[in-house]
Amino acid sequence: MHRAEPSYLTEGSTLASWLTTHDHKRIAILYAVAITFFFFLGGIAAALIRLELATPHGDLMSADTYNKTFTFHGVVMVWFFLIPSIPNTLGNFLLPLMIGARDVAFPRLNLFSWYLYLLGGLFTVTCLLLGGVDTGWTFYTPFSTLFSNTHVVLAVVGVFIVGFSSILTGLNFIVTIHTLRTKGMTWFRLPLFVWSMYGVSLVMMLATPVLAMTLSLLAIERLTGVGIFDPSLGGDPLLFQHFFWFYSHPAVYIMVLPSMGVVSELITASVRRKIFGYRFMVYSIIGIAVVGFLVWGHHMFVAGQSMYASIVFSILSFIIAVPSAIKVFNWTATLYKGDITFGAPMIYALGFVGLFMLGGLTGLFLAATALDVNLTDTYFVVAHFHYIMVGGAVMAYLGGIHFWWPKITGRLYSEGWARFAAILMFLGFNLTFFPQFLAGAEGMPRRYYRYPDEYALLNVLSSAGAVLLAASYLLPVGYLLWSLRFGERAGPDPWGAKGLEWETASPPPPHNFERPPVVTDGPYAYVHP
Amino acid sequence: MSGLPEASSFAGRIDGLFLALLALCVVVMLAVFVTMVVFAVRFRHGRDVDRSGESHRDLGIEMTWTLIPFALFVGIFAWSIHLWIDMRTPPADAETIYVVGKQWMWEFQHPGGQREIDTLHVATGHPVRLVMTSQDVIHDLSVPAFRVKQDILPGRYTDLWFTATRPGTYDLFCAEYCGTDHSRMGGSVVVETPAAHARWLAAHASGSLAERGRTLFTRYGCAGCHDAGSSVHAPRLEGLYGSTVPLADGRQVTADERYLHDSIVLPAEEVAAGYAPIMPSYKDRIDEADILALLAYLKIRGTERESPHAPR
Ligand code: HEM
Ligand SMILES: [Cu+2]
Repeated sequence: MHRAEPSYLTEGSTLASWLTTHDHKRIAILYAVAITFFFFLGGIAAALIRLELATPHGDLMSADTYNKTFTFHGVVMVWFFLIPSIPNTLGNFLLPLMIGARDVAFPRLNLFSWYLYLLGGLFTVTCLLLGGVDTGWTFYTPFSTLFSNTHVVLAVVGVFIVGFSSILTGLNFIVTIHTLRTKGMTWFRLPLFVWSMYGVSLVMMLATPVLAMTLSLLAIERLTGVGIFDPSLGGDPLLFQHFFWFYSHPAVYIMVLPSMGVVSELITASVRRKIFGYRFMVYSIIGIAVVGFLVWGHHMFVAGQSMYASIVFSILSFIIAVPSAIKVFNWTATLYKGDITFGAPMIYALGFVGLFMLGGLTGLFLAATALDVNLTDTYFVVAHFHYIMVGGAVMAYLGGIHFWWPKITGRLYSEGWARFAAILMFLGFNLTFFPQFLAGAEGMPRRYYRYPDEYALLNVLSSAGAVLLAASYLLPVGYLLWSLRFGERAGPDPWGAKGLEWETASPPPPHNFERPPVVTDGPYAYVHP
Repeated sequence: MSGLPEASSFAGRIDGLFLALLALCVVVMLAVFVTMVVFAVRFRHGRDVDRSGESHRDLGIEMTWTLIPFALFVGIFAWSIHLWIDMRTPPADAETIYVVGKQWMWEFQHPGGQREIDTLHVATGHPVRLVMTSQDVIHDLSVPAFRVKQDILPGRYTDLWFTATRPGTYDLFCAEYCGTDHSRMGGSVVVETPAAHARWLAAHASGSLAERGRTLFTRYGCAGCHDAGSSVHAPRLEGLYGSTVPLADGRQVTADERYLHDSIVLPAEEVAAGYAPIMPSYKDRIDEADILALLAYLKIRGTERESPHAPR
């Protein structure tokens, strides 16, 4: 092996040099390691849940253990994986590169955010070690404030802290995009991934404080017993749900906007064609970010809110489907007259589009009040949000990791294994979650650790699918690590892709570019053959 | 929803809407999917096809393919809202059954005084309205075969209604996570023919709910202040239910189930105009099932004499 060029990876190899780095690329790696750890922690909980549900009787663990397991799964997956995954790893790594900057606007703050993330994680893990929490990731009152005997406050503090990590990341990205674009990089020359980071940062900054406030109120009520949510003191238990979903619905867009950005990049590069309708793609990102704040009430159709409120939330939920539909149509149209190669990133991207569409369309069933009555709080909802978040966001995240892997590490992975894993993931995913739509439509409630026998077949299928899915998540860990040592050297632009990040070395030098690049054209300037 | 029986008057209508939306979604999915496959095959790398020129790029296409499906979906929305309003509007002649949810059981009280745990008997063909409250956390009463579901909140009444159509025994679930035995908090709804139901009611009669309320009214000491002849300056309760009550702070409220409930548990919150806030709170001294019996009694009492406040 020949000597590697100096890169951000060779700049000091001690642990301390990593833990005190201000380089956005190294911080991205720190996040990737921590987030992967939490993903597998949440994944173990998921495996336990599916194992328990493989039989109807609740014979593997006690009801309490089960309740703590699905709570842990939810808390970890939502706050320690889905929300930070793409923004904090790919976003941190790529955002400055894509706009031709040397780093993010506040490098120290960036490192501080990572430590906050770890601190939050520490609380959550401690909470688990002390016996866990059994409220569900939604922490509904008055169960969480008056009735649960578990470590609610500890769990909530963990989430509160990780929330600040996401607020600071959002702030950092917004200032970076506003102030550090290189010469010639106008707003409408930004790659869609950068736009999606912009949209998601806005949502993070505006929505997360509401979560912080809500969790503080919950902790105060639990510790002091003042009547905020407690009806016997004149409080309102629904108030919590309004606050909670005012954050948590926008939060689902924190999970999905970055995926849309990633997939746009993967598709256009694999098709070697400009993305179809670039401006519409930008407007739809902004549209989703804004309207995402107006639909929280669709989680509460049967919670006891007024009939008229539900009607308004229902129509708004139908409206927010429009920008998502625009995305799907434009991705499809981008294929037209393209020169398409089906590498692993493209397979992940196409898989994303399929799963996202099914997840989105089933959202319409839930948005239709009369149908939601039957479907809400059943496995239909579980299937719906897993299609969007696990099918959608995880597929996009892995697709992105594969696409930019050569840039991040300087090495190529085994294409055959990668394609195999991507296809296995798609199949395993559908086998796991499609049966849950059927179980839900037939009335199986969610958060049950035992269930009537008539749902057994569908649950067995689902548990079998989970085995395939688990294998497909473990595979990339294997072949990607393998590539670090044995993979071919990638060169600056192994895919022939466009974008500033491909114009510098792989892995990039510590300050990204030899000299600041100058942009003279819009993104995706592929020449047609 | 093949495996689910259609056992209420809503079930068929909801399944119809479900199938319509499903059909629409399948069409949209197929259209996108087929187009993708065709493009993917035709334009894959290495094939000798015309790739020249800018691909067609106009506002017209974007508008058409967005607005037409959207219009269809808005049609579904309108249909759904129409059905939803019916589902939220109980008919006037519906029979009221009171429900209390607690960790982890269901308690049902029929107007005739019959009480049941975890099983609910109803007759076909007659609308039933469930008025529900919780003694502790949020629960949710769900009967998939009827396609109904409603959260049940502590300190508040929520309701749902249905007309059962098919005799049989159907699953009853708690659908809102409520702690350790959430998944055991179930039971069944037994739907009987009207004749069989009448026999069941007769066999389990034990004095009507309102009757029990009358006894409780005295036992809890309500009568001491509120009955005629009391020396305490307290509002008379005849005809109160359904009337408009002016409050001491200038607001006006309708004396519905919520108001009556809160007046017992949190009497200081809404004091009727002209009275001192001297009523003690019954919070923690009375359980929800007893409050429901009192409400049933107050409702009957309402029809017995003239209202003290402006009539409805
Ligand atoms: C775009 C990405 C989306 C994500 C990540 C997402 C995620 C979620 C999640 C996590 C839940 C479950 C809440 C719970 O724990 O009960 C949920 C429920 C729901 N989603 Fe989505 N969703 C997305 C898109 C949509 C769309 C496009 C619609 C409507 C057109 C929609 C409508 C709903 C509704 C109505 C519910 C409430 C379900 C219920 O509790 O009855 N979602 N979604
Ligand atoms: Cu319950």
